[in-house]
Parts: sequence; structure tokens; C-alpha cells
Amino acid sequence: MKHTHLYNYILGIADNSLILAQRLGELCGHGPTLETDIAGTNISLDLIGQARNYYQYAAKIKGEGKTEDGIAFLRLERDYKNVLLVEQPNEHFGYVMGRQYLFDVFHLLFMNQLLNSTDETLAAIAKKGIKEVSYHKRFSGDWVKRLGDGTQESNQKMQEAIDELWVYTDELFDQTEADKAMISEGIGIDTSKFKEVYYTEVSALLKEATLEVPERKYFIKGGKKGTHSEHMGYILAEMQYMQRTYPNMEW
Amino acid sequence: MIQDFLVLCLESYSVAVLIQTHIHMSKNWPLWEIFVRSKNGLEHRHFGSLHAADAEMALENARDVYTRRSEGVSIWVVESKNITASNPEHNGELFEPAQDKVYRHPTFYDLPDDVKHM
Repeated sequence: MKHTHLYNYILGIADNSLILAQRLGELCGHGPTLETDIAGTNISLDLIGQARNYYQYAAKIKGEGKTEDGIAFLRLERDYKNVLLVEQPNEHFGYVMGRQYLFDVFHLLFMNQLLNSTDETLAAIAKKGIKEVSYHKRFSGDWVKRLGDGTQESNQKMQEAIDELWVYTDELFDQTEADKAMISEGIGIDTSKFKEVYYTEVSALLKEATLEVPERKYFIKGGKKGTHSEHMGYILAEMQYMQRTYPNMEW
Repeated sequence: MIQDFLVLCLESYSVAVLIQTHIHMSKNWPLWEIFVRSKNGLEHRHFGSLHAADAEMALENARDVYTRRSEGVSIWVVESKNITASNPEHNGELFEPAQDKVYRHPTFYDLPDDVKHM
């Protein structure tokens, strides 16, 4: 039973990175400029690298012939445990940066805590990833500021993006059964401890970007429990196509 | 698997996008010259140029475009308009007089093997 919780806990972390990476990967070759295009794909590759480490560890725990590719590519939609935020579509560049920033702030706070996990593998993955995630946050945060404090049009688009995405932020702090079990064992991270820090930090940057902090009491959640938005099926159809069409294929 | 694919895309499409973006962006963002120090002890060297709205963005862009393969430990950015270049028409008077002054090269000394980067 312990392993089931640990396995699910690891997937809960890894799936966020994988699905966000897939979303960013869709933009490879479609960025607004060469430089931002490369930056987005770099971030995507960082996240995939992290996800691979988690999946390799999950496969080892699970045994039963599981592999990282099998876990990443061959599950059904309801078995993915990523938050709804990361599966939201690439509406426009400001939207992509807003989504990224709202996740990055959480991600960095999370990784900083994961360093103290009693699980040595998870702590090691966090240690390796922290510098990457710090840069992600710097990059996305800078763009939210630029676009918020840019032209009237960029400000309006950025504000709309933040308003739309805000509804998914609360789920970042939602705790599943696996989360609670792992927190009690010192392996998992009690995200409620930095929820206030998260909103304070995000709000401060939004104000700096001359954007308004949404005042919203209602939030949407479900991804962590496998109830995804209508976008998820399309992401998986594209992401899983190769592995399902050519099982066990390698490059 | 997906990682390999992305790497492939990232490494192969650059030229097409470069042309497209330069046409597109050059109207809006100024050009910056990028200098990268590849390791401590060496000088910054000119790596190329890119477009960015300001110095901070130029630094981040340079990080992503030019140091993705661990090429650097330090980056300088200079807006291209701030560079004063010599005029190619003056090459004769500027550079040709040096061509027959072989004694200005320190080739008449034996360098110890331990001296690097000379």
C-alpha cells in the first residue's frame, strides 16, 4: 500500500511537468521570435528531463515490467494526475507565459521543499531541477511584466489571460489521498504551508506588471484526481500516437 | 522519445525561423551584439547578434540562443548601434601598412610549452 501511494505521489509531480512540456513542445517552431521560440522549447526540454527522472523512479518502484515510456505514454486519461492549469491550450504568447508563470512560482516553492524530503531520490531530482525552474520563473515572470506593463493591447490580453487562468491556481494546493499519506511519512510536501507565500508572490508581480489581481472565490479543480478538461484528450491523442501505433518504438 | 523529437526540431528548424523572424522582428526590436566568455580566464568573444527590446531581454535571449550547450560562463550584450565600425573603404590606409612589418610579430622568441592561449 505504501508503494501505491508513493507511486501515485510521484506521478502527481511528474505529470505536471510532462503535460506542460507537451504544451510548450507544440509551440516548437511557432514562437513569436526565434529567441522566445528557443527559450520555450528549452523550458519544455527541462521539464521533460525532470519528468523522465520521476518516471524512471516510479517504474522502479512499481516493478511489474513498467518502463518510463510505458508510464508516460500508455496510460488512459483518467490515470493522469496533472493539474488542470498545465493542460490549458496555447491561446497566445501572453497566455502561455501567464500559464507558465502561475505554474513556475508553485513549482519552485515545491522543489525547494522537496529538497528536504526523506526520500533521497526525490530530493536529488529536486536539487538538480531547482536551477532550471528558477530560470523558468525568471523568464515567464519577466514576460508577464513586459506584457502587462507594455501597450494597452498587451496589457488587456495579459489581464484576460490571468483572469482566465486564475481559476486553476487553487488546485495546485489540493491534496489527494496519496499526497496526505506521503506528507505524513515525511516524503511528500505539505503545499498548504506555502499557499499564502504563493499568492503573495504572484500578486506582487502582477501589481508590478500593472495588472489586477483577480478576486475570485470559485476555483475549478479535478485534474489531480483524473477528471480533466476537454483539452486533455487531444493532448494525449497527439502525445500517445507514436507509442500506440508503433509499440516499443525507439529512436 | 518525445525529448529526442523536440531536440531534433530545435536543432533543425533554426535557419528557416531565423530568416522569417528577422524579417518580422527587425522592424520592432533593436539589434544586439552578443559576447560570451567561454570559461574563466578567457576573454569575451563575439558570438553573434540577436533582436531584443532591451538589455535584460537581450541577456535572456543570448542565454537561450548561445549558451544552451554550456558554451559560456558570462555574457555581455551591447546594442549594435553603439558600436563604431571602421569603414571598409579605409582598409588600405588602416591595415595594409602593417603587412610588411614582420618584426612586429613576436615570432623570434621561443615560447615555453607551459604558456597557454598565445
